[in-house]
Order: sequence, then structure tokens, then C-alpha cells
Amino acid sequence: MVCEMETDQIEEMDVEVLSSMWPEDVGSQADNQFNVEKPVGDSDTLKEVDIAEKRTMADLKRLPELMNTTDQGSSQLTNLVRQWEYMQDHAVRLLREELKILTRQREEAEAKELKIIEEHNFETEEPENVPVLDETSHLFRRFRQKKRDELVDSKRVVIDEEFDTVAYWKQKALSLEKMLEASTERERRLIEKLNESLKTMESHSAPVEELTQNLNRAEGFLHFILQNAPIVMGHQDKDLRYLFIYNKFPSLREQDILGKTDVEIFHGGGVKESEDFKREVLEMGKASKREITFETELFGSKTFLIYVEPVYNKAREKIGINYMGMEVTDQVRKREKMAKLREDNAVRKAMESELTKTIHITEETMRAKQMLATMSHEIRSPLSGVVGMAEILSTTKLDKEQRQLLNVMISSGDLVLQLINDILDLSKVESGVMKLEATKFRPREVVKHVLQTAAASLKKDLTLEGNIADEVPILVVGDVLRIRQILTNLISNAIKFTHQGKVGIKLKVVSEPSFATDKEQNETSVWICCDVYDTGIGIPENALPCLFKKYMQASADHARKYGGTGLGLAICKQLVELMGGQLTVTSQVNSGSTFTFVLPYKVATSDDHSDDQDEFSDMVDHHQPEPDDTTEGHFQFKPLLGSIYSNGGPVISSNSFLPHKAMLTTTPLKLNNGFVATPSNNTGQSETVQVENGGYMDESRQNCPESGNQYVNGNGRCSSKESESCSSSQASSEGGGVLEMESELTVSSLREEEKTETELKETSKQPKILLVEDNKINIMVAKSMMKQLGYTMDIANNGVEAINAVKDTSYDLVLMDVCMPVMDGLKATRLIRSYEESGNWEAAIEAGVDIKTSENDQAFVRSTDRLPIVAMTANTLAESSEECYVNGMDSFISKPVTLQKLKECLQQYLQ
Amino acid sequence: MLGLGVDRLQADINRLLTSLFHQGVLDEQFLQLQQLQDDTSPTFVYDVINIYFDESEKLLRSLRLLLMDREFSDYKKIGLHLNQLVGSSSSIGARRVRNVCVAFRSASELNNRPGCLRGLEVVEHEYHYLKNMMHELFQLEQQRLLAAGVRYPM
Repeated sequence: MVCEMETDQIEEMDVEVLSSMWPEDVGSQADNQFNVEKPVGDSDTLKEVDIAEKRTMADLKRLPELMNTTDQGSSQLTNLVRQWEYMQDHAVRLLREELKILTRQREEAEAKELKIIEEHNFETEEPENVPVLDETSHLFRRFRQKKRDELVDSKRVVIDEEFDTVAYWKQKALSLEKMLEASTERERRLIEKLNESLKTMESHSAPVEELTQNLNRAEGFLHFILQNAPIVMGHQDKDLRYLFIYNKFPSLREQDILGKTDVEIFHGGGVKESEDFKREVLEMGKASKREITFETELFGSKTFLIYVEPVYNKAREKIGINYMGMEVTDQVRKREKMAKLREDNAVRKAMESELTKTIHITEETMRAKQMLATMSHEIRSPLSGVVGMAEILSTTKLDKEQRQLLNVMISSGDLVLQLINDILDLSKVESGVMKLEATKFRPREVVKHVLQTAAASLKKDLTLEGNIADEVPILVVGDVLRIRQILTNLISNAIKFTHQGKVGIKLKVVSEPSFATDKEQNETSVWICCDVYDTGIGIPENALPCLFKKYMQASADHARKYGGTGLGLAICKQLVELMGGQLTVTSQVNSGSTFTFVLPYKVATSDDHSDDQDEFSDMVDHHQPEPDDTTEGHFQFKPLLGSIYSNGGPVISSNSFLPHKAMLTTTPLKLNNGFVATPSNNTGQSETVQVENGGYMDESRQNCPESGNQYVNGNGRCSSKESESCSSSQASSEGGGVLEMESELTVSSLREEEKTETELKETSKQPKILLVEDNKINIMVAKSMMKQLGYTMDIANNGVEAINAVKDTSYDLVLMDVCMPVMDGLKATRLIRSYEESGNWEAAIEAGVDIKTSENDQAFVRSTDRLPIVAMTANTLAESSEECYVNGMDSFISKPVTLQKLKECLQQYLQ
Repeated sequence: MLGLGVDRLQADINRLLTSLFHQGVLDEQFLQLQQLQDDTSPTFVYDVINIYFDESEKLLRSLRLLLMDREFSDYKKIGLHLNQLVGSSSSIGARRVRNVCVAFRSASELNNRPGCLRGLEVVEHEYHYLKNMMHELFQLEQQRLLAAGVRYPM
């Protein structure tokens, strides 16, 4: 049994085998005198019971003493005596009961006898015999009854003689003698029986003997039970010195324990506690239990459930404590494990419910998203119908008043459309549909693009500038679409409320702001503060609080004067907060406002290769040899202070093709971007991008002489001096116009001459338009519309065909469906743009497009001209306009295409 | 047939169109289509709608085949077909067909087969309704043209 336990101990505690309280291998055999010898091999329990006798209690002298002096000891003895007395009483009671039964039987018998006598009285004249024996004896009674029966029998025999004759008396005497003999015999037998019973009475044992036996039995039983129980028992005196111990720790000898206190025996955690507990019990005089974990050198970490009771002597004085400890280490461990499991369970359950909640929310969001997608069209399409019809109406013959009314109608319709778009944006943010995407982007580039776009539609005499601090990383990770949206919104807002001076964007790195709750931001993230400032009308202080509220504008007056939905800032704020940042504003009436937003970004490692970067690195390769401001490696723009913006008129007249021009201006800017990849060259100066409406000629002039860069030549064409020719060229197509400029401005090359010829031809020729669309019906409708507008066009059925078409023919405009099989519009556009940047179709070939090389490839090196690509989107969430812009599209028409939309688009790009 | 019913036929056509617009079967894109019809292409609307029906019929057949296949899982293809259908429907201004197609497409995006089957049924229903209506419209149109063609020497 013990052996089994030894092996089991090796196994986990979880196994339902109770290990011994003390380690098996501690203590020498010599010390084992009070413990069970470990039997080798199998030993049945009976044997163990036998050896129980061998076990002796510790300190045998003390024990009887203890038994005699203490309450418990004497009470135990009295108990035993009382038990014996009770047993005797019980025996007496049983005897009495038997006696009672016998007496009752006797009485019954007497009653019977009486009856019989009465019955036979008249038969016998014989006088009643005088009883000889005492009548009280029951035996005698019975005997007498018997005798009478016999007498009746004998009488019949006897009474043949004559009464009162000699023979009669003789006979009578004889029979009486016989009866006497029988009686004597009976008497003798009774005496014998009496003696016998006396003897058995003597053989009954004495009470002491019985008590001893009982005690022995009790002891044997206790040993049997306790020898392997993980229980230690002891008795300690008033000073908590051990007087007695049972099942002590094996390695300790008797003399190590007796007469000592716990503290003297053990060291380590829990010892003091147990000592204190015992003392407490002793003082309180009340038995109690406690669980104490010992952490001793002797037996390691073990938890004991300790029961301590005070011991009193007969005079009710405390003389010590009885102490019983049971090892519950396993139980405690299990209990703790259980508690932990229960805790884990609770946590898991909470997580589960959280998860289901999330799933629920996700489902809700999905539904909301679908509804939004439908709604967006549901609302927009009838409205665009109204606006479209109104526009068609405006092409008909109308008198002045009608035209005015119609214009109001159209502009109101546009406003409502804008409002719906804004609401959709906002509800997208609020319904959680808006998901942030982490994409790598260059903050400098984003700022430039935003400013360029703003400049493109600028109708005021304003300077737009960008200022990016050195420490702003070259490449960061964030949701570039949203950031662009915010910047665009803020910039257009600033432009709207600024009539003179400048509007600009300033980027700088700041330390982590206090509102940042997300502590997991590590050193790879950076907080960039972006200021959008203007020198506009400013915002009165009392209007600041409601500035970011929906549908609120600083005042009703402003709303009337400046229009707008009042949703822009609310959207910006929501977006910024969605990204974990904060949007604030400071303003001074009549001197301008500054909107500041702080956002966290992850710093991207620039050695990562994204598609995006490949594109740019292509470009770098291509352009690196060209000298520029940035060749010094300082990555800086000379701020073009002192605007040459003197004449507003011509600029306004050239507005109609400004968007395209803005695109052209990106080319020199991108050159600079190419150098962004060498941040080590940055000096202490910060970079300033200045985009001005119709500007860049100063810069281009600076550039031209030193670089002879053919890519910047487009910039000069809109300077005030050339504005005349600019406006004159509006009559011809845009492409032609540009080429005309080029030929005027740059040293002519073979290529330029070719172009000029083309341009000359084109004045009398149709512009070439390519429609990329896979849907037959759409093609048919669009073609018919084109026909009505007086144009023809080529058709490509997917992105790949489009690329091949663009490669072989020089188009003036591409209308590109976004969603197409084989290759979608976005990718096709990206590839075309990449070709324009690099002059080769490598990117497209890499993307798996089968480029048919034609001999006249060289003829189409006009890669530097930006081909206008207009997206046709179904206006679903998946095809956002921002995405179109990011992929290099210039504009977009939402589907279904209407005559009016098409006409506007063509006007914009082909005029 | 005496050319006297021109006005009545025109009124019928207008009434039919109005009711179709009112029911949301058609939208203003259909008017765009009508606008595109001029002397150089007098049957433009008719042609486009006919091609639309041809194409749509093919797509619907293909959709039904795809969905009837027991081990079918190509929701992407369904999505592509539906994109086509949505595109062409919105181009001709078949608004209700377009809307139910969009719903169908959402079901296919969620890989919801029962939803797809229901969607297909609804789309087919709307499609046939549209076809009937268009048929009626073209018939009226034809009659009107015939009636308008009648000239009486003055």
C-alpha cells in the first residue's frame, strides 16, 4: 500500500491518490520507532491492524498524567465507567422484564387450576391436602398441579378397596410414600440447578477487565485509522511546548520536538502564524480551525488545516492546547485551480458575449452599409434626374428670366447633391462603415497634391503654401484617403473664407499629446501636427463652440454669403477622431483662422517596397540625372514670396482648363518627390511648397536655364504674359493648346515639330476619345450620346484592351469604367500613368498585360503628356471618387451617364 | 387606322410611361434614352432595349444555371453577371430591375444561397414585367407611328 503510494507520488497531484503527508524518503529508519514500518511488498490491511499494537504513543509517561490531570482525561475514564454501568443496568432491566413475564404466566396457571378444582370438587370427597411446601414457589405450584393429576389417576386404581379398611389405608400410605420420594427427587434436582446457576454467576467477568478490553479495541481502531492519515496530532502546554505528538515529521526525533515550541523546531513562513493562532486559541478559550501554509526548509511548501482546542484541568484552568493538523496542500491547490478555472471561464464567457456583441454590431454595420449603398443611389439618382433635366432645359431656347430661374434651380440642385454626399460621408463615419486603411504615403506629397488640386479650382488672388518640417518622416502609414479628405476640406474651407493673403498647410512632428489614450503607441509611431491656416475673415469667439457641430455655420449671415452645407468641419472632426487624433481651431476675426489637427502615424520603413514606391523609384531612375533645386540633396523649395499675381482677369478666363494644367504642374513636383527617398540629405531647412494659381513660372524660369528640363515647360504657359495666347488657344483642344505652348516655349525638337503638325491637323479634326467599358448597353448609350454631342469614339472592352489602345493611338481623353472583367479601370489607369512617368510599359508587362510591340513605338514617346482619364463609377461604396483620384484619374462621372454629365466632361477636357 | 387615333395613342403612351415612372419601373435615364433618338437613329430606343433584353436574357439564363447547380459556389461569377445587369439596367433606366439586382448582388456578396435564389426570382419577375411593359409601349409606339404616317391630301 505504501509502496503504491510511493510510485503514485511521482505522478501528478491531480491523480486521485493521496500522497503521504510527509515525504517518504525523509528520516532514517532509526528514527522511525513511532511510525509504521514500511512493509515491503504486499501487506494486507489486517496485518497492519496487528502491528497497530506495536505503535506507541510518544511520551508514555506524560500521557497517563495528562489523562489524569485534564478534564478530558478524567471525563474519558468516567465515560468508560458510565458505559459499563449502563451495560449492567441494561442486563438488570432485561432480567426484570423476564421475571415479569414469568409472574404473569404463573398467575394465568393459577387461574386455570382454580377452575379445574371447581369442576372436580363435587366428584371427590377427598379433603384438600394440606400443602407441604410453601405456596409462593412457582415450581411447587406446578408440582402440586401435577401431583393432583397423578392423584386422580391413582385414585381410580386405589379406590377398589373399601373405605376406611386397613387395606385402604395401607394402599394410601404406600402411594403417599411414592409421591414423597418423587418430591424429594425434584427437590434435589432443583438444588443442583441452583448450584449450577450460582457457578455461572461467579464466572461473569469483572468490569475492569471489560473496560481494559474496550480501551484496547479503541486504541487499535484509532491506530488503524490514523497510521496513514495525513494528520498530525499533538498536545502543547501553556507555553506552547510540545508534550505529546503523533505522526510527527519523520526526520525529527522525539527529543527534537518534545519540550519545544513550533518556533524552536521549524523556520520559515507560516510557523509564526500557527504559533500566534495557537496562542490566540489559548487566550480565547475557544476551539477553532485555520488554514496555514507552511514554507519551511524541512518539508517545503505545505498547507495544513489546523484545529486547535484549549485543554482545561479539573479546576477549569487552561493547561495547554490540543492540536490537530491535516495536510490539505492538494486540496488547496485544487481549490485554487478551480477558482482559477472558474475565473477563466467567467472571462471567456465575457469575451464570448463581447464577441457575439461584436458580431451583432458587424452584422448591423453590414446592413447599414448595404442600406447606405442603396440609399446613396436612391437619393442621388432622382435628384440627378432633376438636375440633369434642368440642365438639358437650360440648353433650350429660354428668355433671360427663365434662364435665371433655371440657374437657381440647377445650383440649388447641386447644393442638395453636395449635401447628400456630405451626409453620406458623415453617416458612413457614424455607422462605423468607414474603415480606416493603413497605407504608406508621403506626407509631403499629399500636401502638395491637395494644394495643387485647390489651386486648380482657385478663383481668387491667393497664395497657397505648404511647409513641412524636416523631422516629418518621409514615409508614414495612415489612411491617406481620409487625410486627403480632411486636408481638402479644410483647405477649401479656408479658401472659401479668405479673400486675400494666403492659405497654407504646415506639418510638424509633436510629442505625444495628452489626449492620446492608446498607450500602445510605441516609438515607431509619430504624432504629426498639421496646421491649416488662412488670412481670412476669421471666426468670432462665440461661434467657436458650435463650429464642429453638424449643419452649423458661424452665423446665418455667413451661410447666406458663402453657402455650403455646414457639414464639412463636422466630417473632418469625425474623421480625425476616428483616426485617434484631435481637431482644434484658433481664430481671430479679420486676421485669419488656423485649424490644427494632430494625428498618430506609424513610421514606415523606407526600404519596404510597395507598388507605389516602385512607381516612384522608376521615376527617380528616370529623372535623376536632371539637375534641380533638390540636387543639392537638401530637399527644399525656395519659398516664392511676393506673388506675381497681379492680374486676376486672364486667370479667370483660363479657368476652364485649369484642372488639366494642375496636373501638368505635378511633374516638376514629382521630380522633387524623387529625392524624398534620400532623407539623410535634409538640412535644417524646412520644405515649402508653393502652388499658385497660374503660377510656377518663376520657378520654371529658374529651372529652365539651368536644367533645360523639358518637363517643366508646361508650367510657364499660363503666366500673365502668355495668358493672351492661352485664352486664344482655348478654341482648340486642350492637348493642342498645350502643345502649342510647348512649341513656343521650348527649344524645338523633332518630336515637338511632329506634335505641332498633329496639333495643326487637330484643329480641323475630331478629338480622339477612348471609351473603356464592358457593358454593351452602356457602350451603345454612350456612343449615341457622343454622337449627339458631335463626337465619335473608340471602344475598349477592358483594361488590357485599353492599355493596348492607348499604346497604339494617342487619345485626348479616356472614359474609363471602374468595374470591369480582366483588368479593372483603376489598375489600367495606374499602368497608363506609370507609362507616362517612365516612358515604358514595363509595369504593364509585369502586371501580365500582353503588350504588342509595334514598330512605330518610337513615335509615341509623348509619354510626358498627361492623358486625361475620367472614371465612370457606379457610385457605390466600393468605387469611391477618392480612390479614382489616388489611382491617377483626373475626374469621374457617376453612372448612369447622362448627356449633361458627358457634355460637361468633354467641355472640361477637350475645349 | 385612319390616322385619327394619333393623339389618343400618344396619350396612351404618355399614360403608360407615367404609370411606369410612377411605379418606379423606369427612371429618368429612360428619358435620356428617348432624347438620344433622333432622325439619324429613329429606332434607337427600340434597338437598345432589344439588345438589353437579349443580353439580360443570356445573363439570367446563366445565373439560373449557376444557381441551380447543387455544388455551386462561384459567387464571384454571379457578382460579375449581376454587375453587368445592374450596369445595363441603370443605363436604360430600368430602375426596379436595377434595384432588385443590387439586392441580389448583396446576397451573393454574403454567399447567401437562399437569398440568391429569392433574388433571382424577384429579378426574373421584374424583368418579365419590364419586358411586357416595354412590349406594350413599343406596340403603341408602332401604332402611333403608323397613325402618324397617314397623310390626307388637303
